[in-house]
Amino acid sequence: MTATAPAPATTAALALGDDALVLSHRLGEWVGHAPVLEEEVALSNIALDLLGQARVLLSMAGDEDELAYLREERAFTQLQLVEQPNGDFAHTIARQLYFSTYQHLLYAELATGSGVFAPLAGKAVKEVAYHRDHAEQWTLRLGDGTDVSHERMRRACTALWRFTGEMFQPVEGLDVDLSALEAAWLESVTAVLDRATLELPEGPRAGAWSAGAGRQGLHTEPFGPMLAEMQHLHRSHPGATW
Amino acid sequence: MATAAAQQTAGVLASDTAGAAAEADALQRAFDAAVAADERIEPRDWMPDAYRASLVRQIAQHAHSEIIGMQPEANWITRAPSLRRKAILMAKVQDEAGHGLYLYSAAETLGVSREELLDKLHSGRQKYSSIFNYPTLTWADVGAVGWLVDGAAITNQVPLCRCSYGPYGRAMVRVCKEESFHQRQGYELLLTLSRGTPEQHAMAQDAVDRWWWPSLMMFGPPDDASQHSARSMAWKIKRHSNDELRQRFVDICVPQAEALGLTLPDPDLKWNEERGHHDFGAIDWAEFQGVLKGNGPCNEQRITQRRRAHDEGAWVREAAAAHAAKHTATTGAGQE
Repeated sequence: MTATAPAPATTAALALGDDALVLSHRLGEWVGHAPVLEEEVALSNIALDLLGQARVLLSMAGDEDELAYLREERAFTQLQLVEQPNGDFAHTIARQLYFSTYQHLLYAELATGSGVFAPLAGKAVKEVAYHRDHAEQWTLRLGDGTDVSHERMRRACTALWRFTGEMFQPVEGLDVDLSALEAAWLESVTAVLDRATLELPEGPRAGAWSAGAGRQGLHTEPFGPMLAEMQHLHRSHPGATW
Repeated sequence: MATAAAQQTAGVLASDTAGAAAEADALQRAFDAAVAADERIEPRDWMPDAYRASLVRQIAQHAHSEIIGMQPEANWITRAPSLRRKAILMAKVQDEAGHGLYLYSAAETLGVSREELLDKLHSGRQKYSSIFNYPTLTWADVGAVGWLVDGAAITNQVPLCRCSYGPYGRAMVRVCKEESFHQRQGYELLLTLSRGTPEQHAMAQDAVDRWWWPSLMMFGPPDDASQHSARSMAWKIKRHSNDELRQRFVDICVPQAEALGLTLPDPDLKWNEERGHHDFGAIDWAEFQGVLKGNGPCNEQRITQRRRAHDEGAWVREAAAAHAAKHTATTGAGQE
Protein backbone atom coordinates (compact mmCIF):
# COMPACT_ATOMS: atom_id res chain seq x y z
CA MET A 1 0.00 0.00 0.00
CA THR A 2 2.79 2.39 0.82
CA ALA A 3 6.14 3.00 -0.78
CA THR A 4 7.98 3.35 2.52
CA ALA A 5 8.42 0.51 4.98
CA PRO A 6 5.54 0.38 7.47
CA ALA A 7 6.17 1.25 11.11
CA PRO A 8 6.70 -1.77 13.40
CA ALA A 9 3.38 -1.23 15.19
CA THR A 10 1.68 -1.19 11.79
CA THR A 11 3.30 -4.46 10.82
CA ALA A 12 2.08 -6.08 14.02
CA ALA A 13 -1.41 -4.58 13.76
CA LEU A 14 -1.71 -5.93 10.24
CA ALA A 15 -0.47 -9.37 11.24
CA LEU A 16 -2.91 -9.69 14.14
CA GLY A 17 -5.68 -8.01 12.16
CA ASP A 18 -5.22 -10.34 9.20
CA ASP A 19 -5.34 -13.38 11.51
CA ALA A 20 -8.67 -12.25 12.88
CA LEU A 21 -10.07 -11.17 9.50
CA VAL A 22 -9.22 -14.39 7.68
CA LEU A 23 -10.31 -16.76 10.44
CA SER A 24 -13.55 -14.80 10.80
CA HIS A 25 -14.16 -15.26 7.09
CA ARG A 26 -13.56 -19.00 7.30
CA LEU A 27 -15.97 -19.33 10.22
CA GLY A 28 -18.51 -17.26 8.28
CA GLU A 29 -18.48 -19.99 5.64
CA TRP A 30 -20.04 -22.35 8.21
CA VAL A 31 -23.23 -20.33 8.54
CA GLY A 32 -26.13 -22.49 7.42
CA HIS A 33 -24.00 -25.64 7.41
CA ALA A 34 -23.34 -26.34 11.10
CA PRO A 35 -24.08 -29.77 12.65
CA VAL A 36 -26.53 -28.37 15.20
CA LEU A 37 -28.33 -25.04 15.62
CA GLU A 38 -26.38 -24.14 18.73
CA GLU A 39 -23.20 -24.30 16.62
CA GLU A 40 -24.71 -21.99 14.00
CA VAL A 41 -24.93 -19.48 16.84
CA ALA A 42 -21.53 -20.29 18.37
CA LEU A 43 -19.49 -20.29 15.16
CA SER A 44 -21.07 -17.09 13.86
CA ASN A 45 -20.61 -15.53 17.28
CA ILE A 46 -16.90 -16.31 17.23
CA ALA A 47 -16.65 -15.09 13.64
CA LEU A 48 -18.28 -11.83 14.67
CA ASP A 49 -15.94 -11.34 17.63
CA LEU A 50 -12.95 -11.91 15.36
CA LEU A 51 -14.29 -9.53 12.76
CA GLY A 52 -14.69 -6.88 15.44
CA GLN A 53 -11.06 -7.38 16.47
CA ALA A 54 -9.95 -7.26 12.84
CA ARG A 55 -11.69 -3.94 12.32
CA VAL A 56 -9.95 -2.35 15.31
CA LEU A 57 -6.55 -3.74 14.35
CA LEU A 58 -6.77 -2.88 10.65
CA SER A 59 -7.94 0.61 11.56
CA MET A 60 -4.76 1.01 13.60
CA ALA A 61 -2.82 0.31 10.39
CA GLY A 62 -4.94 2.33 7.94
CA ASP A 63 -8.43 2.21 6.38
CA GLU A 64 -10.06 -1.11 7.29
CA ASP A 65 -11.85 -1.58 3.98
CA GLU A 66 -8.90 -0.58 1.80
CA LEU A 67 -6.76 -3.02 3.72
CA ALA A 68 -9.30 -5.85 3.60
CA TYR A 69 -10.53 -5.42 0.06
CA LEU A 70 -7.75 -3.87 -1.98
CA ARG A 71 -4.62 -5.72 -0.95
CA GLU A 72 -3.56 -8.68 -3.00
CA GLU A 73 -2.70 -12.08 -1.64
CA ARG A 74 1.03 -11.37 -1.27
CA ALA A 75 0.36 -8.36 0.95
CA PHE A 76 -1.67 -10.30 3.53
CA THR A 77 0.27 -11.38 6.61
CA GLN A 78 -1.97 -13.80 8.52
CA LEU A 79 -0.76 -17.14 9.79
CA GLN A 80 -1.14 -19.95 7.30
CA LEU A 81 -3.08 -21.79 10.00
CA VAL A 82 -6.08 -19.45 9.92
CA GLU A 83 -6.45 -19.53 6.13
CA GLN A 84 -6.78 -23.33 6.04
CA PRO A 85 -10.13 -24.48 4.64
CA ASN A 86 -12.80 -25.51 7.13
CA GLY A 87 -12.75 -29.20 6.27
CA ASP A 88 -15.07 -31.19 8.53
CA PHE A 89 -16.18 -30.00 11.95
CA ALA A 90 -13.17 -31.66 13.62
CA HIS A 91 -10.82 -29.78 11.30
CA THR A 92 -12.48 -26.49 12.17
CA ILE A 93 -12.30 -27.30 15.89
CA ALA A 94 -8.62 -28.28 15.70
CA ARG A 95 -7.84 -24.99 13.94
CA GLN A 96 -9.82 -23.15 16.63
CA LEU A 97 -8.06 -25.00 19.42
CA TYR A 98 -4.60 -24.18 18.11
CA PHE A 99 -5.39 -20.58 17.26
CA SER A 100 -7.59 -19.52 20.16
CA THR A 101 -5.15 -20.99 22.70
CA TYR A 102 -2.40 -18.92 21.08
CA GLN A 103 -4.56 -15.83 20.77
CA HIS A 104 -5.78 -16.07 24.35
CA LEU A 105 -2.25 -16.38 25.76
CA LEU A 106 -1.02 -13.57 23.50
CA TYR A 107 -3.87 -11.16 24.29
CA ALA A 108 -3.66 -11.90 28.01
CA GLU A 109 -0.04 -10.80 27.91
CA LEU A 110 -0.66 -7.77 25.68
CA ALA A 111 -3.53 -6.70 27.94
CA THR A 112 -1.27 -6.43 30.97
CA GLY A 113 1.33 -4.33 29.16
CA SER A 114 1.24 -0.67 28.25
CA GLY A 115 1.83 -1.09 24.52
CA VAL A 116 -0.45 0.08 21.70
CA PHE A 117 -2.33 -3.23 21.73
CA ALA A 118 -3.23 -3.15 25.43
CA PRO A 119 -6.69 -1.51 25.03
CA LEU A 120 -7.77 -3.90 22.26
CA ALA A 121 -6.31 -6.94 24.00
CA GLY A 122 -7.95 -6.00 27.28
CA LYS A 123 -11.35 -6.04 25.65
CA ALA A 124 -10.80 -8.96 23.30
CA VAL A 125 -9.23 -11.30 25.83
CA LYS A 126 -12.67 -11.91 27.35
CA GLU A 127 -14.08 -12.93 23.97
CA VAL A 128 -11.11 -15.10 23.19
CA ALA A 129 -11.36 -16.89 26.55
CA TYR A 130 -14.80 -17.99 25.43
CA HIS A 131 -13.51 -19.09 22.00
CA ARG A 132 -10.81 -21.13 23.69
CA ASP A 133 -13.29 -22.77 26.03
CA HIS A 134 -15.57 -23.61 23.11
CA ALA A 135 -12.69 -25.22 21.19
CA GLU A 136 -11.49 -27.16 24.23
CA GLN A 137 -14.95 -28.48 25.05
CA TRP A 138 -15.46 -29.69 21.50
CA THR A 139 -12.00 -31.23 21.39
CA LEU A 140 -12.99 -33.24 24.46
CA ARG A 141 -16.36 -34.25 23.02
CA LEU A 142 -14.93 -35.30 19.68
CA GLY A 143 -11.71 -36.87 20.97
CA ASP A 144 -13.48 -38.69 23.78
CA GLY A 145 -16.77 -39.30 21.96
CA THR A 146 -17.24 -42.13 19.48
CA ASP A 147 -14.59 -44.07 17.55
CA VAL A 148 -15.50 -42.11 14.45
CA SER A 149 -15.20 -38.71 16.11
CA HIS A 150 -11.95 -39.73 17.83
CA GLU A 151 -10.40 -40.67 14.50
CA ARG A 152 -11.59 -37.50 12.79
CA MET A 153 -10.26 -35.34 15.60
CA ARG A 154 -6.95 -37.17 15.57
CA ARG A 155 -6.57 -36.64 11.83
CA ALA A 156 -7.49 -32.97 12.08
CA CYS A 157 -5.00 -32.27 14.88
CA THR A 158 -2.28 -34.04 12.90
CA ALA A 159 -3.07 -32.33 9.60
CA LEU A 160 -2.86 -28.84 11.07
CA TRP A 161 0.15 -29.50 13.29
CA ARG A 162 2.66 -28.29 10.72
CA PHE A 163 1.11 -24.81 10.77
CA THR A 164 1.48 -24.28 14.52
CA GLY A 165 5.15 -23.26 14.61
CA GLU A 166 4.50 -20.04 12.77
CA MET A 167 2.58 -18.56 15.68
CA PHE A 168 5.82 -18.22 17.58
CA GLN A 169 7.92 -16.57 14.91
CA PRO A 170 8.88 -12.99 15.77
CA VAL A 171 6.67 -10.20 14.42
CA GLU A 172 8.06 -6.70 14.17
CA GLY A 173 6.32 -4.45 16.69
CA LEU A 174 4.91 -7.31 18.75
CA ASP A 175 6.72 -7.08 22.03
CA VAL A 176 6.12 -10.41 23.75
CA ASP A 177 8.25 -13.27 25.03
CA LEU A 178 7.55 -15.78 22.29
CA SER A 179 9.41 -18.69 23.81
CA ALA A 180 7.40 -18.36 27.04
CA LEU A 181 4.24 -18.09 24.94
CA GLU A 182 5.17 -21.21 23.01
CA ALA A 183 5.88 -23.18 26.19
CA ALA A 184 2.53 -22.17 27.68
CA TRP A 185 0.77 -23.02 24.41
CA LEU A 186 2.35 -26.48 24.19
CA GLU A 187 1.50 -27.19 27.80
CA SER A 188 -2.12 -26.18 27.35
CA VAL A 189 -2.68 -28.01 24.07
CA THR A 190 -0.98 -31.13 25.42
CA ALA A 191 -3.25 -31.11 28.47
CA VAL A 192 -6.42 -30.69 26.40
CA LEU A 193 -5.44 -33.40 23.92
CA ASP A 194 -4.55 -35.68 26.80
CA ARG A 195 -7.96 -35.21 28.41
CA ALA A 196 -9.49 -35.81 24.99
CA THR A 197 -7.64 -39.19 24.82
CA LEU A 198 -5.60 -37.88 21.89
CA GLU A 199 -1.85 -37.96 21.40
CA LEU A 200 0.13 -34.82 20.73
CA PRO A 201 0.82 -35.02 16.98
CA GLU A 202 4.34 -35.90 15.91
CA GLY A 203 6.36 -34.25 13.20
CA PRO A 204 7.64 -30.78 12.43
CA ARG A 205 5.60 -27.73 13.41
CA ALA A 206 6.54 -25.86 10.24
CA GLY A 207 6.80 -26.83 6.57
CA ALA A 208 10.19 -27.41 4.99
CA TRP A 209 10.30 -24.14 3.07
CA SER A 210 7.55 -22.09 4.58
CA ALA A 211 8.44 -21.49 8.23
CA GLY A 212 6.89 -18.18 9.18
CA ALA A 213 5.78 -17.72 5.60
CA GLY A 214 2.27 -16.38 6.16
CA ARG A 215 3.69 -13.41 7.99
CA GLN A 216 5.90 -12.77 4.94
CA GLY A 217 2.93 -12.86 2.55
CA LEU A 218 3.60 -16.40 1.38
CA HIS A 219 0.34 -18.27 1.63
CA THR A 220 -1.15 -21.64 0.87
CA GLU A 221 -3.20 -22.07 -2.31
CA PRO A 222 -6.68 -22.05 -0.73
CA PHE A 223 -6.20 -18.44 0.36
CA GLY A 224 -6.33 -16.98 -3.17
CA PRO A 225 -9.84 -18.22 -3.98
CA MET A 226 -11.02 -17.14 -0.52
CA LEU A 227 -9.74 -13.65 -1.17
CA ALA A 228 -11.26 -13.55 -4.67
CA GLU A 229 -14.67 -14.27 -3.19
CA MET A 230 -14.22 -11.79 -0.36
CA GLN A 231 -13.03 -8.90 -2.52
CA HIS A 232 -15.00 -9.41 -5.71
CA LEU A 233 -17.94 -7.10 -5.10
CA HIS A 234 -15.93 -4.33 -3.50
CA ARG A 235 -13.44 -4.37 -6.37
CA SER A 236 -16.24 -4.34 -8.96
CA HIS A 237 -17.35 -0.89 -7.84
CA PRO A 238 -14.23 1.23 -7.39
CA GLY A 239 -14.73 4.18 -5.10
CA ALA A 240 -18.30 3.27 -4.13
CA THR A 241 -19.45 3.47 -0.53
CA TRP A 242 -21.57 0.74 1.01
CA MET B 1 -54.19 -18.07 36.57
CA ALA B 2 -57.97 -18.33 36.39
CA THR B 3 -57.79 -21.17 33.91
CA ALA B 4 -56.01 -23.38 36.40
CA ALA B 5 -58.64 -22.65 39.05
CA ALA B 6 -61.40 -23.40 36.59
CA GLN B 7 -59.72 -26.65 35.66
CA GLN B 8 -59.52 -27.66 39.28
CA THR B 9 -63.21 -27.01 39.61
CA ALA B 10 -63.77 -29.01 36.48
CA GLY B 11 -61.83 -31.92 37.99
CA VAL B 12 -63.95 -31.83 41.17
CA LEU B 13 -67.12 -31.68 39.13
CA ALA B 14 -66.05 -34.67 37.10
CA SER B 15 -65.41 -36.88 40.12
CA ASP B 16 -68.75 -35.84 41.65
CA THR B 17 -70.99 -36.27 38.67
CA ALA B 18 -71.20 -37.45 35.13
CA GLY B 19 -67.58 -38.42 34.50
CA ALA B 20 -65.50 -37.94 31.40
CA ALA B 21 -68.00 -36.15 29.17
CA ALA B 22 -68.83 -33.54 31.77
CA GLU B 23 -65.17 -33.06 32.57
CA ALA B 24 -64.29 -32.50 28.92
CA ASP B 25 -67.13 -30.05 28.61
CA ALA B 26 -66.03 -28.11 31.69
CA LEU B 27 -62.42 -28.01 30.49
CA GLN B 28 -63.52 -26.72 27.12
CA ARG B 29 -65.62 -24.01 28.76
CA ALA B 30 -62.76 -22.99 31.03
CA PHE B 31 -60.48 -22.77 28.00
CA ASP B 32 -63.01 -20.74 26.01
CA ALA B 33 -63.49 -18.39 28.96
CA ALA B 34 -59.75 -17.88 29.34
CA VAL B 35 -59.36 -17.06 25.65
CA ALA B 36 -62.39 -14.75 25.74
CA ALA B 37 -60.91 -12.93 28.74
CA ASP B 38 -57.57 -12.48 26.89
CA GLU B 39 -55.80 -14.65 29.41
CA ARG B 40 -52.70 -16.55 28.40
CA ILE B 41 -52.85 -20.31 27.91
CA GLU B 42 -49.75 -21.87 29.46
CA PRO B 43 -48.08 -25.25 28.77
CA ARG B 44 -49.66 -27.09 31.71
CA ASP B 45 -53.16 -25.79 31.03
CA TRP B 46 -55.70 -27.95 29.31
CA MET B 47 -56.22 -27.04 25.66
CA PRO B 48 -58.22 -28.53 22.81
CA ASP B 49 -56.24 -31.01 20.70
CA ALA B 50 -56.89 -28.97 17.59
CA TYR B 51 -55.56 -25.81 19.29
CA ARG B 52 -52.40 -27.68 20.27
CA ALA B 53 -51.97 -29.12 16.78
CA SER B 54 -52.57 -25.77 15.15
CA LEU B 55 -49.95 -24.09 17.37
CA VAL B 56 -47.42 -26.84 16.76
CA ARG B 57 -47.92 -26.42 13.02
CA GLN B 58 -47.61 -22.64 13.12
CA ILE B 59 -44.69 -22.39 15.58
CA ALA B 60 -42.76 -25.18 13.84
CA GLN B 61 -43.25 -23.52 10.47
CA HIS B 62 -42.10 -20.26 12.01
CA ALA B 63 -39.00 -21.91 13.51
CA HIS B 64 -38.21 -23.66 10.22
CA SER B 65 -38.52 -20.33 8.41
CA GLU B 66 -35.91 -18.79 10.71
CA ILE B 67 -33.35 -21.48 9.99
CA ILE B 68 -34.04 -21.86 6.27
CA GLY B 69 -34.10 -18.07 6.13
CA MET B 70 -30.46 -18.01 7.17
CA GLN B 71 -29.46 -19.42 3.77
CA PRO B 72 -30.37 -16.62 1.34
CA GLU B 73 -28.59 -14.07 3.53
CA ALA B 74 -25.64 -16.26 4.49
CA ASN B 75 -25.14 -16.53 0.73
CA TRP B 76 -23.66 -13.00 0.94
CA ILE B 77 -21.62 -13.18 4.16
CA THR B 78 -18.40 -14.07 2.35
CA ARG B 79 -18.96 -11.38 -0.29
CA ALA B 80 -20.21 -8.44 1.80
CA PRO B 81 -18.58 -5.31 0.35
CA SER B 82 -17.41 -3.66 3.58
CA LEU B 83 -16.38 -4.97 6.98
CA ARG B 84 -19.12 -2.99 8.68
CA ARG B 85 -21.79 -4.55 6.45
CA LYS B 86 -20.25 -7.96 6.91
CA ALA B 87 -20.46 -7.61 10.69
CA ILE B 88 -24.09 -6.46 10.51
CA LEU B 89 -25.02 -9.36 8.26
CA MET B 90 -23.27 -11.94 10.42
CA ALA B 91 -25.00 -10.60 13.52
CA LYS B 92 -28.32 -10.76 11.74
CA VAL B 93 -27.96 -14.34 10.58
CA GLN B 94 -26.80 -15.29 14.05
CA ASP B 95 -29.97 -13.73 15.49
CA GLU B 96 -32.03 -15.83 13.11
CA ALA B 97 -30.46 -19.02 14.43
CA GLY B 98 -31.30 -17.73 17.90
CA HIS B 99 -34.91 -17.06 16.86
CA GLY B 100 -35.08 -20.62 15.57
CA LEU B 101 -33.94 -21.81 18.99
CA TYR B 102 -36.55 -19.73 20.88
CA LEU B 103 -39.27 -20.99 18.60
CA TYR B 104 -38.32 -24.67 18.80
CA SER B 105 -38.33 -24.24 22.58
CA ALA B 106 -41.79 -22.68 22.42
CA ALA B 107 -42.98 -25.60 20.26
CA GLU B 108 -41.48 -28.09 22.70
CA THR B 109 -43.72 -26.76 25.47
CA LEU B 110 -46.55 -28.31 23.46
CA GLY B 111 -45.14 -31.80 23.78
CA VAL B 112 -43.14 -32.21 20.57
CA SER B 113 -39.34 -32.39 20.24
CA ARG B 114 -37.02 -30.33 18.10
CA GLU B 115 -35.66 -33.52 16.51
CA GLU B 116 -39.12 -34.59 15.48
CA LEU B 117 -39.89 -31.18 13.99
CA LEU B 118 -36.58 -31.05 12.11
CA ASP B 119 -37.31 -34.49 10.77
CA LYS B 120 -40.65 -33.24 9.46
CA LEU B 121 -38.92 -30.26 7.83
CA HIS B 122 -36.31 -32.47 6.20
CA SER B 123 -38.90 -34.90 4.89
CA GLY B 124 -41.13 -32.12 3.55
CA ARG B 125 -44.01 -32.83 5.96
CA GLN B 126 -43.74 -29.35 7.47
CA LYS B 127 -43.24 -26.15 5.55
CA TYR B 128 -41.31 -22.93 5.93
CA SER B 129 -42.11 -19.50 4.58
CA SER B 130 -42.34 -19.45 0.77
CA ILE B 131 -40.24 -16.28 0.62
CA PHE B 132 -37.01 -18.15 1.31
CA ASN B 133 -37.35 -20.04 -1.93
CA TYR B 134 -36.28 -16.94 -3.82
CA PRO B 135 -32.58 -16.39 -4.56
CA THR B 136 -30.39 -13.52 -3.37
CA LEU B 137 -28.74 -12.53 -6.64
CA THR B 138 -27.04 -9.26 -5.73
CA TRP B 139 -25.81 -7.48 -2.60
CA ALA B 140 -28.88 -5.22 -2.78
CA ASP B 141 -31.02 -8.29 -2.12
CA VAL B 142 -29.63 -8.33 1.41
CA GLY B 143 -31.12 -4.86 1.86
CA ALA B 144 -34.40 -5.76 0.18
CA VAL B 145 -34.74 -8.84 2.36
CA GLY B 146 -34.14 -6.69 5.44
CA TRP B 147 -36.56 -3.97 4.45
CA LEU B 148 -39.37 -5.97 2.81
CA VAL B 149 -39.10 -9.52 4.11
CA ASP B 150 -38.32 -8.56 7.70
CA GLY B 151 -40.83 -5.73 7.39
CA ALA B 152 -43.57 -8.17 6.37
CA ALA B 153 -42.49 -10.56 9.11
CA ILE B 154 -42.74 -7.80 11.72
CA THR B 155 -46.17 -6.76 10.48
CA ASN B 156 -47.23 -10.38 10.92
CA GLN B 157 -45.47 -10.94 14.21
CA VAL B 158 -46.22 -7.83 16.25
CA PRO B 159 -49.85 -8.94 16.73
CA LEU B 160 -48.53 -12.42 17.63
CA CYS B 161 -46.94 -10.87 20.73
CA ARG B 162 -50.51 -10.92 22.08
CA CYS B 163 -51.12 -14.50 20.95
CA SER B 164 -53.29 -16.51 23.35
CA TYR B 165 -50.52 -19.08 23.85
CA GLY B 166 -48.07 -17.63 26.38
CA PRO B 167 -44.75 -19.17 25.28
CA TYR B 168 -45.32 -18.19 21.64
CA GLY B 169 -46.33 -14.64 22.54
CA ARG B 170 -43.27 -14.18 24.74
CA ALA B 171 -40.95 -15.59 22.06
CA MET B 172 -42.47 -13.09 19.62
CA VAL B 173 -41.69 -10.14 21.90
CA ARG B 174 -38.00 -11.00 21.78
CA VAL B 175 -38.03 -11.84 18.08
CA CYS B 176 -39.80 -8.61 17.11
CA LYS B 177 -37.29 -6.42 18.95
CA GLU B 178 -34.42 -7.93 17.00
CA GLU B 179 -36.31 -8.05 13.70
CA SER B 180 -37.11 -4.34 13.91
CA PHE B 181 -33.43 -3.63 14.24
CA HIS B 182 -32.63 -5.79 11.20
CA GLN B 183 -35.34 -4.13 9.20
CA ARG B 184 -33.92 -0.65 9.85
CA GLN B 185 -30.47 -1.89 8.87
CA GLY B 186 -31.84 -3.34 5.62
CA TYR B 187 -33.57 -0.06 4.86
CA GLU B 188 -30.38 1.86 5.54
CA LEU B 189 -28.42 -0.49 3.27
CA LEU B 190 -30.86 0.17 0.42
CA LEU B 191 -30.79 3.90 1.10
CA THR B 192 -27.00 3.91 0.82
CA LEU B 193 -27.20 2.05 -2.49
CA SER B 194 -30.02 4.22 -3.79
CA ARG B 195 -27.95 7.35 -3.12
CA GLY B 196 -24.72 5.76 -4.35
CA THR B 197 -23.42 5.32 -7.89
CA PRO B 198 -25.87 4.78 -10.78
CA GLU B 199 -24.90 1.09 -10.76
CA GLN B 200 -25.67 0.83 -7.05
CA HIS B 201 -29.01 2.60 -7.50
CA ALA B 202 -29.95 0.23 -10.32
CA MET B 203 -28.95 -2.71 -8.15
CA ALA B 204 -31.26 -1.49 -5.37
CA GLN B 205 -34.17 -0.96 -7.75
CA ASP B 206 -33.73 -4.39 -9.30
CA ALA B 207 -33.77 -6.02 -5.87
CA VAL B 208 -36.96 -4.22 -4.83
CA ASP B 209 -38.55 -5.18 -8.16
CA ARG B 210 -37.83 -8.86 -7.48
CA TRP B 211 -38.74 -8.94 -3.76
CA TRP B 212 -41.89 -6.81 -3.66
CA TRP B 213 -44.48 -9.36 -4.78
CA PRO B 214 -42.99 -12.32 -2.93
CA SER B 215 -43.06 -10.16 0.22
CA LEU B 216 -46.79 -9.49 -0.23
CA MET B 217 -47.29 -13.25 -0.55
CA MET B 218 -45.77 -13.72 2.91
CA PHE B 219 -49.13 -12.75 4.43
CA GLY B 220 -50.62 -15.94 3.04
CA PRO B 221 -53.59 -16.59 0.78
CA PRO B 222 -56.46 -14.10 0.54
CA ASP B 223 -58.98 -14.28 3.38
CA ASP B 224 -61.58 -16.16 1.37
CA ALA B 225 -59.03 -18.92 0.61
CA SER B 226 -57.23 -19.18 3.94
CA GLN B 227 -57.98 -22.55 5.50
CA HIS B 228 -56.66 -21.87 9.02
CA SER B 229 -57.50 -18.20 9.49
CA ALA B 230 -60.99 -18.21 10.98
CA ARG B 231 -60.19 -20.75 13.67
CA SER B 232 -56.84 -19.16 14.51
CA MET B 233 -58.59 -15.83 14.97
CA ALA B 234 -61.32 -17.37 17.15
CA TRP B 235 -58.57 -18.86 19.32
CA LYS B 236 -56.74 -15.54 19.37
CA ILE B 237 -53.63 -17.11 17.94
CA LYS B 238 -54.01 -14.66 15.08
CA ARG B 239 -55.43 -11.21 15.67
CA HIS B 240 -55.86 -9.94 12.12
CA SER B 241 -56.68 -11.49 8.79
CA ASN B 242 -54.08 -12.05 6.05
CA ASP B 243 -55.58 -9.32 3.87
CA GLU B 244 -55.72 -6.79 6.73
CA LEU B 245 -52.05 -7.31 7.50
CA ARG B 246 -51.09 -7.20 3.83
CA GLN B 247 -52.93 -3.89 3.43
CA ARG B 248 -51.19 -2.50 6.52
CA PHE B 249 -47.83 -3.52 5.07
CA VAL B 250 -48.49 -1.89 1.69
CA ASP B 251 -49.56 1.33 3.40
CA ILE B 252 -46.34 1.36 5.43
CA CYS B 253 -44.07 0.58 2.47
CA VAL B 254 -45.31 3.16 -0.05
CA PRO B 255 -43.94 6.24 1.75
CA GLN B 256 -40.79 4.33 2.69
CA ALA B 257 -40.15 3.51 -0.98
CA GLU B 258 -40.58 7.20 -1.82
CA ALA B 259 -38.08 8.15 0.88
CA LEU B 260 -35.70 5.58 -0.54
CA GLY B 261 -36.01 7.07 -4.00
CA LEU B 262 -37.12 3.70 -5.36
CA THR B 263 -40.32 2.62 -7.07
CA LEU B 264 -42.53 -0.36 -6.30
CA PRO B 265 -43.20 -2.60 -9.33
CA ASP B 266 -46.99 -2.23 -9.40
CA PRO B 267 -48.70 0.03 -11.98
CA ASP B 268 -52.00 -0.33 -10.11
CA LEU B 269 -50.62 0.98 -6.83
CA LYS B 270 -52.39 4.23 -5.87
CA TRP B 271 -53.86 5.98 -2.86
CA ASN B 272 -57.60 5.46 -2.42
CA GLU B 273 -58.99 8.50 -0.64
CA GLU B 274 -62.29 6.82 0.08
CA ARG B 275 -60.81 3.74 1.75
CA GLY B 276 -57.93 5.61 3.33
CA HIS B 277 -55.63 2.90 2.01
CA HIS B 278 -53.54 2.15 -1.04
CA ASP B 279 -55.12 0.05 -3.73
CA PHE B 280 -52.72 -2.40 -5.28
CA GLY B 281 -52.55 -4.85 -8.15
CA ALA B 282 -53.46 -8.53 -8.22
CA ILE B 283 -51.05 -11.01 -6.68
CA ASP B 284 -49.98 -13.95 -8.83
CA TRP B 285 -51.48 -16.69 -6.66
CA ALA B 286 -50.48 -19.35 -9.18
CA GLU B 287 -46.85 -18.47 -8.53
CA PHE B 288 -47.49 -18.58 -4.78
CA GLN B 289 -49.07 -22.03 -5.01
CA GLY B 290 -46.25 -23.24 -7.23
CA VAL B 291 -43.61 -22.13 -4.73
CA LEU B 292 -45.57 -23.70 -1.85
CA LYS B 293 -45.73 -26.96 -3.78
CA GLY B 294 -41.96 -27.02 -4.07
CA ASN B 295 -41.51 -25.50 -7.51
CA GLY B 296 -39.98 -22.17 -6.55
CA PRO B 297 -36.51 -21.17 -7.72
CA CYS B 298 -34.68 -22.46 -4.62
CA ASN B 299 -36.92 -25.02 -2.88
CA GLU B 300 -34.71 -27.94 -3.82
CA GLN B 301 -31.47 -26.13 -2.99
CA ARG B 302 -32.69 -24.91 0.42
CA ILE B 303 -33.90 -28.25 1.68
CA THR B 304 -30.92 -30.11 0.24
CA GLN B 305 -28.50 -27.81 2.06
CA ARG B 306 -30.46 -28.17 5.31
CA ARG B 307 -30.54 -31.97 5.03
CA ARG B 308 -26.88 -32.12 4.15
CA ALA B 309 -25.88 -29.98 7.15
CA HIS B 310 -27.96 -32.25 9.38
CA ASP B 311 -26.71 -35.51 7.88
CA GLU B 312 -23.07 -34.46 7.77
CA GLY B 313 -23.37 -33.27 11.36
CA ALA B 314 -24.76 -36.57 12.65
CA TRP B 315 -21.36 -37.86 13.77
CA VAL B 316 -20.79 -34.63 15.73
CA ARG B 317 -24.10 -34.94 17.57
CA GLU B 318 -23.38 -38.63 18.23
CA ALA B 319 -19.96 -37.73 19.62
CA ALA B 320 -21.46 -35.13 21.95
CA ALA B 321 -24.04 -37.62 23.19
CA ALA B 322 -21.43 -40.36 23.67
CA HIS B 323 -19.14 -37.98 25.53
CA ALA B 324 -21.97 -36.80 27.77
CA ALA B 325 -22.95 -40.41 28.52
CA LYS B 326 -19.38 -41.38 29.42
CA HIS B 327 -18.97 -38.31 31.57
CA THR B 328 -22.21 -38.99 33.41
CA ALA B 329 -21.29 -42.64 33.89
CA THR B 330 -17.82 -41.98 35.30
CA THR B 331 -18.53 -39.01 37.56
CA GLY B 332 -22.21 -39.30 38.26
CA ALA B 333 -22.61 -35.63 37.38
CA GLY B 334 -25.40 -34.71 35.04
CA GLN B 335 -23.60 -31.75 33.58
CA GLU B 336 -21.68 -31.30 30.31
